[in-house]
Amino acid sequence: MLISFTDKGLFCEQGNFYIDPWKPVESAVITHAHSDHARSGHKNYFCHHQSKSLLRSRLGENEYQSVNWGEPVTRNGVRVSLHPAGHIIGSAQVRIEYKGEVWVISGDYKTTNDGISGEFEPLKCHTFITESTFGLPVYQWKPQEMIYNEMRDWVLRNQSQGISSVFHAYSLGKSQRIIDALRGFEGKIFVHGAIWQIQQALLSDGWKFPDTPRMSAEIPSDIRKGSIFISPAPIEQTTVAKLIGPYLSAGCSGWMQVRGNRRRGSTDKAFVLSDHADWNGLLSAVKETGAEKVFVTHGFQSVFSRYLNENGISAGEVKTHFGEEEE
Amino acid sequence: MTEKEKISTSQFNESNGFTLFVSLINGLGEANSIQEKIRLLTDYFTSAPDADKTWTIGLFTGRKLKRMAKTSLLAAWVSELKNFPTWLFEESYHQVGDLAETVALLLPQEEYGHKKGDLADYLRLLKALEKATDEEKKESILDCWKGMNETEKFVFNKLITGGFRIGVSSQLVIQSLAKLISEEPAVLAHRLSGDWDPAEINFDQLVKGKGNSDNLSQPYPFFLAHGLADTISALGAPSDWVAEWKWDGIRGQVIKRNNEWFVWSRGEELITDKFPEFDDWKSQLPDGLVLDGEILAMKDGKPLPFAILQTRIGRIKISQKLRTEVPVHFMAFDLLEYEGADWRGNELHERRNKLKEIISKIGHHSLLLSTDILFSDWEELAAHRLISREHGSEGLMLKRKVSAYQAGRKSGDWWKWKTDPLTIDAVLIYAQKGHGRRSNLYTDYTFALRDGEKLVSFAKAYSGLTDKELIAIDAFVKKNAVEKFGPVRTVKPELVFEIAFEGISESKRHKSGIAVRFPRISKWRTDKKLEDINTLDDLKDLLRTNIHH
Repeated sequence: MLISFTDKGLFCEQGNFYIDPWKPVESAVITHAHSDHARSGHKNYFCHHQSKSLLRSRLGENEYQSVNWGEPVTRNGVRVSLHPAGHIIGSAQVRIEYKGEVWVISGDYKTTNDGISGEFEPLKCHTFITESTFGLPVYQWKPQEMIYNEMRDWVLRNQSQGISSVFHAYSLGKSQRIIDALRGFEGKIFVHGAIWQIQQALLSDGWKFPDTPRMSAEIPSDIRKGSIFISPAPIEQTTVAKLIGPYLSAGCSGWMQVRGNRRRGSTDKAFVLSDHADWNGLLSAVKETGAEKVFVTHGFQSVFSRYLNENGISAGEVKTHFGEEEE
Repeated sequence: MTEKEKISTSQFNESNGFTLFVSLINGLGEANSIQEKIRLLTDYFTSAPDADKTWTIGLFTGRKLKRMAKTSLLAAWVSELKNFPTWLFEESYHQVGDLAETVALLLPQEEYGHKKGDLADYLRLLKALEKATDEEKKESILDCWKGMNETEKFVFNKLITGGFRIGVSSQLVIQSLAKLISEEPAVLAHRLSGDWDPAEINFDQLVKGKGNSDNLSQPYPFFLAHGLADTISALGAPSDWVAEWKWDGIRGQVIKRNNEWFVWSRGEELITDKFPEFDDWKSQLPDGLVLDGEILAMKDGKPLPFAILQTRIGRIKISQKLRTEVPVHFMAFDLLEYEGADWRGNELHERRNKLKEIISKIGHHSLLLSTDILFSDWEELAAHRLISREHGSEGLMLKRKVSAYQAGRKSGDWWKWKTDPLTIDAVLIYAQKGHGRRSNLYTDYTFALRDGEKLVSFAKAYSGLTDKELIAIDAFVKKNAVEKFGPVRTVKPELVFEIAFEGISESKRHKSGIAVRFPRISKWRTDKKLEDINTLDDLKDLLRTNIHH
């Protein structure tokens, strides 16, 4: 097999590199900058240009080699290239080719184009390694524009009552989408320090996002009131909570599809907004690869692989350390 | 189903009653304050069509719908529509935890919804389908789903699966409605209780009491007490209060009007036929009478544990044998109606005096008066409370002497003062995913005690943990699952919990030979290990010391 499943991660022996390894290795190909895929301690990091400054901002100085979409490099006869995965900014699928045999490792992906994370590129291959975070048919996403409208309506309604809107969101990925969704509220959007740091890295890379400062007492109180605050963690009993006055909170995640999770989520409002493919997205991605063999990683592995097997696509489950932190 | 009865959505009114109902349900689900809920209810009752309002009141005050379609039928329809195997439906159901929601999420998504028709239209259609074949049901229900968005499908599915539980108490509904029609909540509550059919009665008749004031069987809303939260001395002067034993049976009202006889449970279920014992004295009661009390199984003057009474509930036929083994008594403690007049506004001591008079006149062993416990100060009363279990009671009820009989659960005039629960330390051995709010977290647990070298399961418990603890235990279960039996995971016996319960009795149905009442988790004993848990013998000791028959 071109890729083997080891206790350090997905390993390409012929090319002598790992993909998103979870233990320190010599040479790591990184699909995207989320912490369960991009871990510290590797000697050499290989990623897409757009991931580089994100990795640097999260992992510090390391040996980084970055490439453009589809730009191949060869390692001991193995041709490696990165292709858009649509998950977050810079997220890539890894295509590996050796003596005519092609494997694609999806990393995390979504098949719909969110306007900032790149458009998922279907790739033909013999073997496809796919995530399955939402590999259950109850997960069907509504179109992004509808969800963005719901979010904007919620903010407007809160503002009309002098109430601030707090979004709980993962700092890399979901936060950028929320900022993107709330264009038109410029000047009213503030972010947590962790998000601010990422925005700085993105802005210096030339991304066009509205200015989203951190919240502070120096901001006039009429601007703080009815503002928008994006934070990876709940803000209860923090200084920010005092600064923004009365507020309602919202969670944004694919898990919010299920009512029980919405209620348990302890936010006032929930938006079903995901950076992963839904059930139909996963199925269409697998079909478009034309792969004879599919390996299913993190998520609903057993359900999704069983379904593929029953539908004539040979599939197996692989246990990884991915999917432990996100969504 | 004949052609004449056949109803299809194409005949529905070009109205939006159903959409209004859906947004009410949606809003209530998201509302985070009582005021917000009342506002939503008030808006709804102001704008919805009359027939829909009647149905909504019915659904929110606990009237049940007939279940139209079994799970397997729904699974088959959805699987066919989506062209996928039924195991995928089951996996989804297991993950979501709610049938109506699973179906709504699995069906093809239609974004905009706003399906036309009134709530009453849909319920009329469902009624017409009651006797239909599966094929006819399928055709109709598929027709309904068409054009509904996910939320509309969810609400509609709740109607066809017969279960409607939302985070709204009937009190809240009554409160909003009473304000809207300028009526006393207690009066309205009475009108809305008892036996009425939303399909038969119109809104005005219902809320103005014209429709069912002549309904002889109608019970009063029960007055329920909260547990005493403060110290007992905060209640003020002991002489202002009456104390009684708190019995653990079935709370019930017995009604005699126009020489007809009715027995209602607190769940507003008519259970007249379950207790032929009452035939011995009901004819001697004066007409126009309503008593509140506890239905208890008793032998030799002592109440039997609830578990024993439970063996009679659910039996369709009450055999002579069962009557001998589990003789039922009515322990009266309040008088709500006398000679056809509503006595609820009278002070408690007046009601009790009249009640004493009525019961002593009859003098039958299965019609009892709940006796007053005499005490001169709170310390004396506290001493009584400590020995409650010896009387077969689970603590005390405290009632203010001048209190009226109110409707619903109210603070101030009536308090429960239960005994401290019995507790035992046990280990977690099985876990199962919860339903509803707790779907996809392992939150339903089975606990075991040590019996020699073995572990014996003895109780299931759900409540009593914080969300944080639940998440930690969920993670433990996922890491330490040893075996799977369907949805149940056997876990490594390691986590120890203090389990509290209210009563204890022998039971042939339980592996341990002992049934405990209201078991719940009182504490996660992170300081204890498997070897520290209690034994089955410890539980048997508890049984011996707490037995009262």
